[in-house]
Amino acid sequence: MSDLIIRIGGEGGEGIISAGDMVAQAAARAGLKVLTFKSFPAEIRGGYAMYQIRFSKDEIKSEGTGFNVFCAFNKEALDKNRSQLIPGTVLVYDYPGGDIEEEVHIEGVTCYAIPMSKIAKKDLDMYRAKNMVALGLLSYVFDIALDSLKDTIREKFGKKGQAVVDTNMKAIEAGIAYFKENYKKTDPFTMGHADKVDKDIIIISGNEAVGLGALIAGCNFLSCYPITPATEVAIYLSQELPKVDGTLVQAEDEIASLANVLGASYAGAKAMTSTSGPGLSLMQELLGLASMAELPCVVVNVQRGGPSTGLPTKHEQSDLFMAVHGGHGDAPRVVLSAENVADAVDLTVTAFNIAEKFQLPVLLLTDGSLGFRTESIKRPDPKKYTIVNRDRYAPANGDKYLRYQLAKSGVSPMSIPGEVGGAYISTGLEHGESSAPSFTPEDHVRMSDKRFKKLESIVDFVPPPEVQGDGPADVGVISWGSTLGTVREAVDMARAEGLKVKALHPKLVWPLQEKQIKAFAATCKKILIPEVNKQGQFAEILRGKTGIDAISYPIYGGGPFTPKQILEKIREVI
Amino acid sequence: MTATAEALKPKDYKSDIRPVWCPGCGDYGVLNGVQSAFAALKLDLYNTVCVSGIGCSSRLPYFLKTYGFHSLHGRSLPCATGIKLANPSLEVVVFGGDGDLFSIGGGHFPHVARKNTDLTCIMMDNHIYGLTKGQVSPTSNTGMVAATTPFGSPDPASVNPLAYALTYGATFVAQAFSGNPKQLAEIIQQAITHKGFSYVNVISPCLTFNKVDTFDFYKDAFVELPADHDNSKLVPALDKAMNPPAGKVYSGIFFKTQRPTLLENLGKLKQRAGANKNRDLNKVIDEFKP
Repeated sequence: MSDLIIRIGGEGGEGIISAGDMVAQAAARAGLKVLTFKSFPAEIRGGYAMYQIRFSKDEIKSEGTGFNVFCAFNKEALDKNRSQLIPGTVLVYDYPGGDIEEEVHIEGVTCYAIPMSKIAKKDLDMYRAKNMVALGLLSYVFDIALDSLKDTIREKFGKKGQAVVDTNMKAIEAGIAYFKENYKKTDPFTMGHADKVDKDIIIISGNEAVGLGALIAGCNFLSCYPITPATEVAIYLSQELPKVDGTLVQAEDEIASLANVLGASYAGAKAMTSTSGPGLSLMQELLGLASMAELPCVVVNVQRGGPSTGLPTKHEQSDLFMAVHGGHGDAPRVVLSAENVADAVDLTVTAFNIAEKFQLPVLLLTDGSLGFRTESIKRPDPKKYTIVNRDRYAPANGDKYLRYQLAKSGVSPMSIPGEVGGAYISTGLEHGESSAPSFTPEDHVRMSDKRFKKLESIVDFVPPPEVQGDGPADVGVISWGSTLGTVREAVDMARAEGLKVKALHPKLVWPLQEKQIKAFAATCKKILIPEVNKQGQFAEILRGKTGIDAISYPIYGGGPFTPKQILEKIREVI
Repeated sequence: MTATAEALKPKDYKSDIRPVWCPGCGDYGVLNGVQSAFAALKLDLYNTVCVSGIGCSSRLPYFLKTYGFHSLHGRSLPCATGIKLANPSLEVVVFGGDGDLFSIGGGHFPHVARKNTDLTCIMMDNHIYGLTKGQVSPTSNTGMVAATTPFGSPDPASVNPLAYALTYGATFVAQAFSGNPKQLAEIIQQAITHKGFSYVNVISPCLTFNKVDTFDFYKDAFVELPADHDNSKLVPALDKAMNPPAGKVYSGIFFKTQRPTLLENLGKLKQRAGANKNRDLNKVIDEFKP
């Protein structure tokens, strides 16, 4: 088979996530494509945690719909997923010996009862090895890179000594041995080997991908404040930035983080901060300063469920209004949104390029599920990226430097402290060309126009949005962020059914690439906009700017769309 | 600190933007003191950055010819931190008022102080919000009658900026009077020369909105710290900050010590990490190979 989805569910702290990461890595090493999906409680221990891995021999576009195999570590996990155990799926569960009290029989579902806790606790005397027992078992039964898994374990635990390697290996073998003794495989799910092992890949999470993109872009300053689900961006860069002589500081709050970033940018650094909704709320006034003082900066917002503290570990795309229109006054900003992990690398570079070229704040929106998930992606080649740096003021004899000199593009060369003859006051007050405060109607109008002028060039600076499918369509789907991948898969399915459907995949969500969006809409009878927020935020922004009366399809239950959900909606509205 | 090739006079630091302060405002004295200190230290115009927040006193950077960053209300310290960390060779001086630094920006001060961030912070303390026309500030006297407190301020205590700076770990804490620009300039010089976070509390009366803490009051109230004050010790410094003689205000250097600065520690950390600007990114990327 070419595509398999395995979900593991249990209690937070049982090692589900580390086990899942290991099998994903092993599969990627064996040449399979992988995309993982994690959902865990906001608390450190306890509560339901879930790790899902999609394996494929072909490109993976989304988490997929449901699962083929579910591995239940406990009763809570089994109960939560019981409704999704539909005919044709497989259940592997901890029995007897765990808290699942009786054997499970579900019509049409292949059930393998494996006493994972008992094997770990009683037979091996290693309570914490339950995840490894499950790992070996799953890898063996569904033929997922078992050899590669063993290599991964040897490497991962090798540093801790041979005894640790042996212990984990024993657990892996124990799960397999139990299955061999007690079952004969009756389900049809066998992943098998990749047709071709592409060595030029990496496996990386969405949050790390942002960090890697920042390094490629030449970022040398990050100020952060811990916040779920964005912290991993800073954790990764705290390792890497000092190695490239860059600076990472943890500030006292998100206000200070962005203030640090703006100061650093003013002084010539390529600076960014990474945060989530509550942090972005606090940064609004400083984003206005960045627009007004024309300071390049990148703000990565890994969205989570809101409002307020909301659902810190759950999936939502509900910060779009704030990203686009937050803060007071008329302040231009740019908002990009990443579809997947590879995109997170590329768009972080794009975000820096736009910030530097146009001297304004650029927000990159990802989300918790994209930030946490890992994917095997084509290895980025740093040489293939174009890196843009700000246009610097070059002093000429006798010239008086005008920091905010009017220019056709709206962009005026920027001086950096240390530059002789380039002194000016960077300011959040309205000003004239020299940067001296000015509140005249003339200056406010021409400086507002200067700042907004940049947006006109930015819609052309970013490549036009990709169109999926061709010809006239009954339904055209437009979406944004990580929902794009799911739309891609759903549209493929719809087209395979013979439905006249196409899709547009914008990465620049503000300013809108209106020309391309209108051209796309002109070829579709109806426009459908699925997105994960209550208000249909993108649909509303699109309607406001283009007049396109789209069918808004918002979901807001704390999880992403499945391709099936979108396919069904397409069938419904067509 | 970078010295200019040719010595500049105090007036050479003054820009051609005219101050917006009321006639007689203490901030003029501070501006003069700053110009004198900069000249005495031979600060280079182009390697000096004056950073401020919002308020009357925060306009000061416009009146100087150095680089400047007029940030947001309360955000001068974290903006200045970013500037200094991005380019340690710059001399970064922060200016602000009592509302800016101790009310809206009060959450930043403790951290900039405890991290011994390599900045000089000069506060123009007038015990009032001036730019919004006279409301009580965190340093206003208790019970003060002002624009939003017509029946007297209900706040039972005021902030003591000196004690605040001392307890949060500032490594240089001093107080001066805008009416004594000579001493002020000397103290600012020492503050800038000090390695780490230095804080100078400048009493700079607002004659328009504060009819209590007036120039005349301070002219008589200011006394120098006793000659035997040991400014290398924290407890005597706190004692002097919190217990001046009745009706008097101390000027001088309350506390001065050496501690590793944020920049020094960041430098060591980079060294440990093997900092290399030209690090091959391919190696970084290959760490993600499965």
